[in-house]
Amino acid sequence: MPELPFPLPPLPTAPQVVFIMIAVLAVIGSLTVVLARNLFHSALGLVAAFFGAAGVYIVAEAEFIGVSQVLVYVGAISTLITFAIMLTRGMMFGATSPRNRQSGTAAIITALTFVVLVALMRGIPWPQAGEPITDGQAIIAGLGFAFVNQYVIPFLLLAMLLLVALAGAIMLARDRK
Amino acid sequence: MVPLTWYLILAAFMFSSGLFAALGRRNAIAVLMGIELMLNAANINLIAFWRYGVTPTQNLDGQIFALFVIAVAAAEVAVGLALIISVYRNRRTVNLDDLDILKG
Amino acid sequence: MNWSDALIQLQYNLGAPQELSWLVEGITYFIGAFVIANAALVLALLLIWITRKVVSRIQDRIGPNRLGPYGLFQTVADAMKLLSKEDIKPTSADTPSYLIAPVLSVMGVLMALAVIPFGAGLIGADLNVGVLYLVALGSIGIMAALMAGWGSNNKYALLAGFRVVAQLLSYEIPMVLAMFAPVLLVGTMRMQELSQAQSLYLGPINLGLGWFIFLLPGAFLIYFIAALAESEQTPFDLLEAESELIAGFHIEYSGMKFAMFFLAQFLNSFFLGAIAVALFLGGWQGPFAGQVPLLGPIYFLAKTFFIYVVIQWIKGTFPRVRIDQMMQFAWKVLVPLVLALILAQMIIMKLPLPGWINSLLVLVANIAVVLAVLNIMGNYFKREQVRSKRAFAPKSLIGTMQPVNSSAGD
Repeated sequence: MPELPFPLPPLPTAPQVVFIMIAVLAVIGSLTVVLARNLFHSALGLVAAFFGAAGVYIVAEAEFIGVSQVLVYVGAISTLITFAIMLTRGMMFGATSPRNRQSGTAAIITALTFVVLVALMRGIPWPQAGEPITDGQAIIAGLGFAFVNQYVIPFLLLAMLLLVALAGAIMLARDRK
Repeated sequence: MVPLTWYLILAAFMFSSGLFAALGRRNAIAVLMGIELMLNAANINLIAFWRYGVTPTQNLDGQIFALFVIAVAAAEVAVGLALIISVYRNRRTVNLDDLDILKG
Repeated sequence: MNWSDALIQLQYNLGAPQELSWLVEGITYFIGAFVIANAALVLALLLIWITRKVVSRIQDRIGPNRLGPYGLFQTVADAMKLLSKEDIKPTSADTPSYLIAPVLSVMGVLMALAVIPFGAGLIGADLNVGVLYLVALGSIGIMAALMAGWGSNNKYALLAGFRVVAQLLSYEIPMVLAMFAPVLLVGTMRMQELSQAQSLYLGPINLGLGWFIFLLPGAFLIYFIAALAESEQTPFDLLEAESELIAGFHIEYSGMKFAMFFLAQFLNSFFLGAIAVALFLGGWQGPFAGQVPLLGPIYFLAKTFFIYVVIQWIKGTFPRVRIDQMMQFAWKVLVPLVLALILAQMIIMKLPLPGWINSLLVLVANIAVVLAVLNIMGNYFKREQVRSKRAFAPKSLIGTMQPVNSSAGD
C-alpha cells in the first residue's frame, strides 16, 4: 500500500466524512473543468467545484462565506459564464482539440506545482484542530462591524470597482449598430 | 475536526487544475473558468487558515479577505466575459491560439 | 421535546455502538430529512388540487369532483398517469444536463424546508444565515433552468431557459432586498428569532400579532410581487406561455421528469408563501400560540395556505405581462424603490430618537413605497387601457358600411 501524504485516522468523525464527500465533489468538478471536451460540461463541473468550495467553507464553520459563495459564484458567475458559452456557441461544436499547443508544458508545470505544494505542506506541523466556535452569530456581526470600521476604505473601493466593472461590461458587450 | 492538511491539499489540487485550465485550454472562456478555480482555491486556504488561526472569533481577516476575493472575482468575470463577447463579435472566434493579431 | 435527541437515544437503545456516533447522527438527520421531504411531495398533490379548485371556481366551473371526496384524489390519478408515461429522451439531448436538471430543480426547492420555522421548536436547522440561505437556494433553480434549456437541444427550450433565467435574476434583487428589511429590524438572519421577534405582549400575555407587515407593508408588497415572479406564477408566468414558447424550458421532458418540474413550481410558490409568512406575517405567532404550542404549526400552515390561495386568486384574475414590461417593472420600479426603502430604514434606525418615533418613520416610509408602487401600476394600467382601446377600435369601415345595392347582381 503506498504511503498517503497524510495519516488517515482509524475511524473518521462526522465532519471528516462530510469533508471527504465534499472534497470528492470538488475534485470531480475541477477535473471536469479541465478535461471536458464540451465547454458546457466544463461549466457544469465549475458549478460542482463551486458547490464543493461552499461546502468546505461550511465545514470550516464560515457559514456566511459559504452561503455568499453559492449566491455569487453559482447564482451569478456560473450563469454569466454559461450565457457567454451559449453566445459564443460556434466554438463548441468545433472539431478542434480543447487543449492548445502548449498544453504538454502546461501539464508538466501543473503537476510540478501540485507536487511541490503537497511536499511543502507535509514538512510543516500544522495544527490539527482550531479553537471551537460557539457563537456563529457574533462572527457575522463582527464581519459587518469590520466592514464599516477597519476595512471601510477597501469596502468603498470595492463598491466603486463593482459599479465601474458593471458599467464597463455593459459598454463592452453592447451591440453597436 | 478535519486536519488543516486536508483543506490545503484540496486547495492545492483545485489550484493546480485551475492553472492547467488557464495555461493549457484553447477556449478563452475555459481559461476564465480556470482563473475562477484558482481564486476559489485561494479562498479555501484563506478560510482554512482563518479557522485554524489564533482566536478565529476575533481575527476575522481571513473571512473578510475571502469576501473581497469573491466580490473582485465577480467584477473580473463580468469584464472578462464582456471582452470575450466583443472579441467574438469582431473575430468570430474565442480561440486563444487564433487571437494573434498583435503579433509582429 | 426534542425529536432528534429521542431518535438518537432510540438507536443507542437498539444496540448501536457508541463509537459510531457520526453514523447514528447521520441516520437521525436522514430520517428527519426523509420525512420532511416526503411530506412536501404529498403536500404538492394537495396544492395542485387547491389550484385547480380555486381557478375553476373563478372561471365559473366546478373543477375536479369525480375521484374521492371533492375530487381530492384526482391529482393522485394524474401523478399515476405521469409516472406510467413513456420516458422519452431526445437523441440529440446532452445526457448529463438533461438528466440532472429536473432533480436539481426539485432539490433547490426542497432544501428551503430546512430553515422554515413551522412552530416554536419545529425547525430543521436554525442556521445563523437562514435568510441568506433561502436566497442562495434560488441560484440552484436558475442553474436547473439553464441546464434543462441547454440540455434538451431545442431552440424553444433554450430561448425559454434564457427568459426564465433573466426573469429569476432580475426579480431576485428586489426580493432579497425586501427580505432584508425585517432582518435589519431584528438584527439577525435566524428564521426562528425573526418569528419570535413578531410577538406582541399585552402585559404578560403574548397576543402574537406584532407582525412585520403592520410595520413594513412596503417591503411586504415588494417581496410578494417579486415572489410571484420568482415562483413563475401569473402575471409573470412567461414560463408557461403556451402560445409563445410552446411550453417553456421543459418542452422536451415527458413523464416523471416533466412531473418534477411541475412539482418544483408548485412547491416553490408554496414555500415562497411560507417565507413571506415567516418574515412578514408573524410566522407561527398568533393569539395564544405562546401558551398552547400546538397552535403554532396550525397558525403557520393556515397563513401559508391563505397566501397560496391568494396567489391562485391572482392566477385566475390577472392577464400575463409581456417580457419587456416585466423587466421594466423589475429594474425601473421595484429595484429603485426597494433600495430607497432599505436606505431610509437604515438611516431612520440610526437616528437618535425614541423607539416608537423610529418605528413610525419606518412605517411612513413603507406606506410611501406602497403608494408609489400602486400609483405606478395604476398609471400603467390606465395607459394600457387607453392604448388597447385605440388598438382594437374599428379602423376600417367594415362594421359601418351600408349594404351594397344588389341591382348589379343579375
